[in-house]
Order: sequence, then C-alpha cells, then structure tokens
Amino acid sequence: MKVHLTHPPKDLDIPGPTLVRQLLQQLQLTPEAYLVIRGDDLVTEDEVLNDSDSIEIRSVISGG
Amino acid sequence: MRCKKCPQRAAIKLPQHNISFCKDCFTEFVHSQVAKAIKSQKMFTPEDHILVAVSGGKDSLALWAILLKLGYHADALYLDLGIGNYSVQSRHKVDHFHETVAQPQGATLHIHTLAENEGAGVKELATMMHRPTCSTCGTMKRYHFNRAALEKDYDVMATGHNLDDEAARLLGNVLRWQTEFLDKQTPTLPASVDGFAKKVKPLYRLTEREMAAYAVINKISYIVDECPMAKGSKMLVYKDVLNRLETESPGTKQSFYLKFLDKQAKEQASTGSITSHDQQRLTPCQTCGQPTSMEVCTYCKMMAKAKAHV
Repeated sequence: MKVHLTHPPKDLDIPGPTLVRQLLQQLQLTPEAYLVIRGDDLVTEDEVLNDSDSIEIRSVISGG
Repeated sequence: MRCKKCPQRAAIKLPQHNISFCKDCFTEFVHSQVAKAIKSQKMFTPEDHILVAVSGGKDSLALWAILLKLGYHADALYLDLGIGNYSVQSRHKVDHFHETVAQPQGATLHIHTLAENEGAGVKELATMMHRPTCSTCGTMKRYHFNRAALEKDYDVMATGHNLDDEAARLLGNVLRWQTEFLDKQTPTLPASVDGFAKKVKPLYRLTEREMAAYAVINKISYIVDECPMAKGSKMLVYKDVLNRLETESPGTKQSFYLKFLDKQAKEQASTGSITSHDQQRLTPCQTCGQPTSMEVCTYCKMMAKAKAHV
C-alpha cells in the first residue's frame, strides 16, 4: 500500500494486509500524535489496511 | 470497531475516555466538551461578541466553526506574520474558510499584516531585536489580538489553545518551577484592568488529536505543515513526552492539566483573584497605554528597537 507521512513528508510502500495498530508500531509512531486517514475517512487501530489502499498518516502536533 | 452510542462504524477511539465514536457522535462529543468549557469557566454568553484569533491551523479554524455552529456571534482576526510561503498558505486557508463557512453565516474576518503596519515580518523583526522568533511572535500576537478586541469593541477574545498546548506549557513551567507564570494558566482570563480584553480558551478540554480529527471529519481545510520557525521548539519536545506518557497511560494529559486547574481554583479562593493581583502590579504603558508591569511594555520596547535598527 502507498503510505504518505505528513511530518516529516515521506512516501513509503508497505505490504498489506496489516492492522492500523501494527502499521504505527512498524513505523515507531506514537498513536496519540497521529491520525490514520484512508481516502477522506479516519480509520481506527483495529481496521485492516490492504495492499490497494492509499493511506495518509497525519501528525496532529502544531505550534511552537 | 463500532460507535459506543449508535450502530455506525467508529471513526475514532478515545482511550482516555474508554470510548469510540462514529463521525456524527464524535462531532456531538466535541461540541458538548466546548459547551461545558464555556459554561463551567464562565467564558461568554450568547449575547456576547467574540473575536477568535485564527492562524489557518486546525485548532483556530475548528474553534471558529464550533462557535458559529453553537450559535455564538464569532468574528475572527488573522495576523499575517510574513513567514514566506507558510504565511501565504495559512492566509489562503483562513480566506477559504471565511468565504465558504463563516461569511455565509454573517461572520467578519479582520486582517492585520505585520509587514504593512510594523514595517517587517516577524522573522525580520526578531533578527533586528536579537530575540528568538517564537518569543517575538508571541509578543506580537498578544499585543495585536488584545488591541483589536478592545478597539473593535468585542466582549471577549478566544484562542484555539487545546489540552496539549496547556499541558505542555504547564510541564515547561513546572520543570523550571516558574510558579509566577502558573497564576495566568487558566482557560478564562478576566479583563482585570483597563486595557486588557477578557481572554478565553474554549478548547482546553480537548486534545490535539481530537481537534485534528474534528477538522478532518468536518472537512475543515487547514494548514497541516508545522510553522518553520517552531523547529526545535521546547514546546514540541514537551508535547512529544506527554504523548508518549498518554499512550502508555491514557488520561495523563487530562488529569495533569484539569487537576492543576482544580488545585489553582482552591488556592486563588484563599490568596485572591487574578484581577486584584493585576490591579496591584500593572500600570498603563507610557507609550501605548496597554497594561504593563514596566514603564514601557515589551511590544513598544521591541518596536523602538526595530525602528532604531532601520
């Protein structure tokens, strides 16, 4: 699947199927600091992501 | 995963509340948290006119959207800081939101551009004054939002600070035992003396993740990129630490900040209010008239230095 990280911007190709929770673990990302978005929809940690999915992992942190 | 309130598919899980929500029930939850904040902290009434400080980010645009949805009279002020392409993009997001959502509901957007009024953008001003950009930016924002609220006759000024912002600021102050800053870390700051607008933070009960989710679910187009000036900021480090703690122990951020507020409310009841403290120590700035603990306020000192540099 195509995975786009917003911060820092990075595009990755990761094989599916995998759970959202496992994807965040694999990328060593803290779940509280990110949203996982498929198309226009948020997906929860127990959802399965497939090879054909395009995923955005968006950092929620802002401000200095 | 299913929504805990209805049969729909869940869009978000909130471990700190041990609950999952679909899009509609989550939106309702966010609105109820904001309504609770407004009521419990006596922020404003439906008759008041509110000036929202907007930046183009998720929190401030979502706050503007929520206040309008809840039926409040909410206009906004955008401060154009002149940070290259970042400011161009953020201004575009604010204009888009105003044209498509706020203006059709009768809300007004005010703009203040530093380059036009102060002669330079925030980065250039910081360089001239030999000060960190984030601290210069903070001074500019506090000064202009307060001044605009007073000059344009708003009853209260609202900012989009969320639970993460407040918990990170509290952590920073506690780590250095800067207890003198704790008094003012409340969600409602009264118009304690002439020259101060009342200031409120209606999002203080909601996390940064909840606000980003609200923006995505409600299709609020915001600037996702971080401010380039914030790179290396201590606040981002504190937020990261708190998010790691939160993941291991859900509810940490909420109990850290909300229990601090409970403790502070009890202490202020015995030691006196923010209003009486401010009335004892603040006088009008000799240059601009805004309240300050010095003869000349920080903003006027900074602008005098900037003018001398030119």
